[in-house]
Amino acid sequence: MSGTKFVLALLIAAGVVFGAALLVGNSYVFFAGYVVLQYIALATAWNILGGYTGYVNFGTAAFFALGAYTTVVLHKLTTLPLPIMMPIGGIVSGIIGLGTGYLTLRLRGAFFSIATLALAVVVQTLITNWDFVGGSRGAYIVRPPTTPLLGIDYIQYLCLVMLALVVIVLATARAIERSRLGYGLATIRDDELAAEASGVPTLRLKLVATTMSGAFMGMAGAPLPYYVTYLDPTSGFNLAYAVNGVAMPLVGGTSSWFGPVIGAILLGTLQQVVTVTISSAVNLLIVGLVLVAFVIVAPNGILGLLRLQGRRS
Amino acid sequence: MEMSLDLLGNAVVSGVLLGGFYAAVTIGVSISFGMLDIVNIAHPAFIILGSYIAYIANTTLGMDPILASVIALPAFYLLGAAVYQVYYVAFERRGEEALRGLAFFFGLLFITEVTLVLVFGVDYRLVDAPYIGPSLHIGPVDLPLRLLVPCLVGLIMIGGLQLFMSYTFLGRAILAVAQDQLALRLMAANPTRIKRIAFALSIATTSLAGAVLIVIQPVEPSIGRDYIGRVFAICVLGGMGSFAGTLVAAMALGIVESLTSTFYGPSWSPAVAFGFLLVTLAVRPAGIFGR
Repeated sequence: MSGTKFVLALLIAAGVVFGAALLVGNSYVFFAGYVVLQYIALATAWNILGGYTGYVNFGTAAFFALGAYTTVVLHKLTTLPLPIMMPIGGIVSGIIGLGTGYLTLRLRGAFFSIATLALAVVVQTLITNWDFVGGSRGAYIVRPPTTPLLGIDYIQYLCLVMLALVVIVLATARAIERSRLGYGLATIRDDELAAEASGVPTLRLKLVATTMSGAFMGMAGAPLPYYVTYLDPTSGFNLAYAVNGVAMPLVGGTSSWFGPVIGAILLGTLQQVVTVTISSAVNLLIVGLVLVAFVIVAPNGILGLLRLQGRRS
Repeated sequence: MEMSLDLLGNAVVSGVLLGGFYAAVTIGVSISFGMLDIVNIAHPAFIILGSYIAYIANTTLGMDPILASVIALPAFYLLGAAVYQVYYVAFERRGEEALRGLAFFFGLLFITEVTLVLVFGVDYRLVDAPYIGPSLHIGPVDLPLRLLVPCLVGLIMIGGLQLFMSYTFLGRAILAVAQDQLALRLMAANPTRIKRIAFALSIATTSLAGAVLIVIQPVEPSIGRDYIGRVFAICVLGGMGSFAGTLVAAMALGIVESLTSTFYGPSWSPAVAFGFLLVTLAVRPAGIFGR
């Protein structure tokens, strides 16, 4: 399938999903759907670096929250519409990704991972100490009274925005897979030393992947303040984002753009159900157990299992 | 001016004491990450587990938290051996430790933390011991015992492990496995067994580290994450596997953090550790004593 056809197919799929949700007519569908869509964007963004390059980012929550807090700042200072705020949040997170990558990506992968873990703690410390965005007390965001599109309410509008982001992120991820950049990233994942020796500009490619991955995470976080209407550091930097960012691609399968989508839909839906029926702490425990079980038993995720099944039959 | 000099002196002294404690927290990572090249990011979670065991023994049996952690050492050793066995079979043998091994330890970190939240809730827990509260006074300098005792425990741990590494066959085998596994195999020693013992030792240290942590500050399940940046910064700055380097780097971080919290406020100290880590990685990834 060519790139244009793929984007068309994605748009049609997005239209069908949104139309079906409208037909159900229950606004809970949009509240839950927004979360699942947000996780598809986050998991795919994580996979651009983690899956294609093999560098593990544990700081998903930091990049995500930076996007969200950029929106809080812009909301206080300007009257920009949300679709403009999202790329700005993406730029902020992308720059932080570039900076962290520049300092640590020349070393072994483990150092980058450790730095991202610590980054999450530090960005949270900075935000908690920054009174302008509410500090530890949090910030209230008043949603605009109307949406730019007629006939739909605000939560539906947020869902539509997130759906558009998912289309962009998926199209980008698939395009990367089939580009020179994607092949370069794959050589880094398979054997970085050999790639370096064959003249692949490894550091530059890794920095491009880190920046794009971080930017998409920031964009996925940007609408969050309007979704929750009250944002404090504990919810913005929730550990759920960090663990889901890693678990969803690894459970789905990291080798192709479709893996994170499967992982996000399965785990995202499961968590919505468990949060409603049992408790939110238990749902995080389940995600942790599923993650550990998958990396031990099914190292190539659900995609790997499907492929194995296909080969046997 | 005299006042601020006193303040400075006290900050440096408590930084040194804090550093001894940080050494106790980091020494296990110096073994697992520094020597064995196993990126155990779940290390702080095991420390918090140690804190809760000391807490249970202290509140239900009235036992001294550090004594309780010494009794729990063998259990932590076995836990470490079991974790290494899973890690070896599932990742190291397949050569997949980079991506999936990291995710495995991240999952362990997460499972431990959430389980502790489910069992104990998110309230801060603390212990009771005779050395929590009083201080020694030497001139204008205060030596709070709740910092002095953990510092001494850290120094004893480092000293004991250094002696073990230098003078016993097993200790030397651990140092050897860090350098050349093939050569060790030619000497008829099994590298996997040596690594299992070393990793189990690194987890055993978390029992003591957890007990001294809950002596220093009240503990709740998520504070382990504050220590990830610290322990890896210290381990790297100390030159990975070097115990003396670990101690010096731990003291350096302790002093910088103590000065920051005295003069700017304690809410900034997690950021200090991260700055420390980033500067270390960017400027001197081989550490102070690295070659």
